[in-house]
Amino acid sequence: MIKRRDFIIGAGGAVAATSVLGMPRIARAADKLKAAWILVGPSGDMGYSYQHDLGRLAVQKEFGDRVETHKVESVPEGADCERVLTQLATQGYGLIFTTSFGYMDQTIKVAKNFPKVYFEHATGYKRSKNVATYNIRFYEGRTVQGTLAGHLTKSGIVGYVGSIPIPEVIMGIDAFTLAFRKIRPDGKIKVIYVNGWFDPGKEADAAKALIDQGADIICQHTDSPAPVQTAEARGVWAFGQSSDMAKFGPTHCVTSNVDNWAPYYIQRVKMVLDGTWKSTDTWGGLASGMLSMPTFNIHVPENIRADGMKALEAVKSGARHPFDGPVVDKKGVTKVAAGKNMPDSEIAGLNWYTQGVEGDLRG
Amino acid sequence: MHELTAILVSMVLSATPLLLAAAGELVTEKSGVLNLGVEGMMIGGAVIGFAVAWTTGSPALGFTAAALAGVALAALFGVLTLFFLANQVATGLALTIFGLGLSALIGKPYIGKPLPSLPQLYIPGVTDIPVIGPLIFGQDAIVYLSVAATVAIGWFLSRTRAGLILRSVGENHDAAHALGYPVRRIRFLAVLFGGAMSGLGGAYLSLAYTPLWSEGMTAGRGWIALALVVFATWKPWRLLFGAYLFGFFSIAQLHAQGAGVSIPPEFLSMLPYLATILVLVIISRDAKRIRLNAPAALGKVFRATA
Repeated sequence: MIKRRDFIIGAGGAVAATSVLGMPRIARAADKLKAAWILVGPSGDMGYSYQHDLGRLAVQKEFGDRVETHKVESVPEGADCERVLTQLATQGYGLIFTTSFGYMDQTIKVAKNFPKVYFEHATGYKRSKNVATYNIRFYEGRTVQGTLAGHLTKSGIVGYVGSIPIPEVIMGIDAFTLAFRKIRPDGKIKVIYVNGWFDPGKEADAAKALIDQGADIICQHTDSPAPVQTAEARGVWAFGQSSDMAKFGPTHCVTSNVDNWAPYYIQRVKMVLDGTWKSTDTWGGLASGMLSMPTFNIHVPENIRADGMKALEAVKSGARHPFDGPVVDKKGVTKVAAGKNMPDSEIAGLNWYTQGVEGDLRG
Repeated sequence: MHELTAILVSMVLSATPLLLAAAGELVTEKSGVLNLGVEGMMIGGAVIGFAVAWTTGSPALGFTAAALAGVALAALFGVLTLFFLANQVATGLALTIFGLGLSALIGKPYIGKPLPSLPQLYIPGVTDIPVIGPLIFGQDAIVYLSVAATVAIGWFLSRTRAGLILRSVGENHDAAHALGYPVRRIRFLAVLFGGAMSGLGGAYLSLAYTPLWSEGMTAGRGWIALALVVFATWKPWRLLFGAYLFGFFSIAQLHAQGAGVSIPPEFLSMLPYLATILVLVIISRDAKRIRLNAPAALGKVFRATA
């Protein structure tokens, strides 16, 4: 299927071609940095890609004439990304952010061919000399959500709308479950994967199915506000994802995991401009401000809000680790001993469910 | 609510936008025009419907405006392909891209604004009957409209003189022209009708299904509608069946996941496509009949001779 971006890129290519043929492009490249963002959904999804685009706009505002920013929207994960990346790199972009997990191998591959271009891949784990990685510890917010949900649930069943079963999503489910079961030891988590990041209709379908199966809490790891809206319509509690979704659940959206990429993007662009860019691995959570949670819904009883706040402060200060032992997987194997915390390297590759999550994962 | 009831009620909802768009496209294709711009017309209807409903507070006005938006986009397609004789496939694809881009532009101010959902029918006593109650007597107005429209299209195409003329134009435009039928005018009207139905289908997503606007929210449903027309071998009642079948498997696979069935979710996501194709291929496996049903002049450019 042909998409809008083909035209954008085509037009960009035409502009680049004229600049090669017609105008001299000597001085321009040196003082002006061209930075591009590759988004997995539309920038108007009001969720994940929207938040990345807010970061891009913040960069543009911060550096004004010194940078030129560009976004390519709705790029499918996989081979398509390679084409877009190559085109951007040949068009003189000096810094490229690939903002979804499924762009990982393509980013590494293309980066090899363009050693002078800096690449930044979000939510992945592969780095090279000119590829840095960055991510948000979304799972820290899940601990807070799990705590709030544990108090709020009556049925003890949580419905979790997932995108695809990758570590990024699984670590959120596990962190949520661990916190949830500290309050509701008999609690169950039902997970439905919609096999994609953005399809409001399907996300709503999944939320409906979960509510029909007895869930009175809806969690989501997808990009549209549809699950929150569905929960509001059906009168069950929900947690928003990526951006503040309170407007879609005025009485039932407890809080949201809000991504804040702007400070990171500004810092990285500044490094390129200063010539100090290095391949690093950044994983910021509540303490760094990259993840924030808006004020809890006023409809949540005050004592529950207070307990949620306590969990939030504890995670933020480091007093509580989302994966503090004992952590036991579904087969009963102890993965983290009592008194220990799970190391980052293990969290990053998490591929098993903890006890309380229904269904199996196939590796 | 019983789980089977829940699946069936959700099935009807998820099939409705597909059914609306596909029924419109069926009429367009029966007249011999292949409009691949369904996705673009749907998203156009979705954004205009949302904008109007948001501004006026009236979902009815929203749906009306959405149908008109679909008509406007279809008119663009119709003028290009029927009067300027542009290639239908290329123009249809362009219409989809144009619709997606234009809707994103128009929709910018509406991102992040929620609308209330459509009211559902409730007849005391009747709607409370298990299974059939909520399924048949508990839906919103557009669901009933989509079924009624499909039945009406079936009747129109097979039982009326106008329907016969429309089909004859789709079978052999030169013969129809020789008989004195205004081929271009008939096709243009069929294209506009398809646009109106696609617009309604899109608006169903942004006004009833998930009452919000977000870019690209049709998420490929226009293409599914197009495929349904082919797999239903251009028969309205099979279209109805196919759309519900697709809806059923889309919803049932989610319930299966929620119930902890240990089948990989990637496979379950394929299920609606596989099952719908399989069933429709089996019920319409007679190649001769398919050839009879497919409009012979589908996608062919009409140049008036003499």
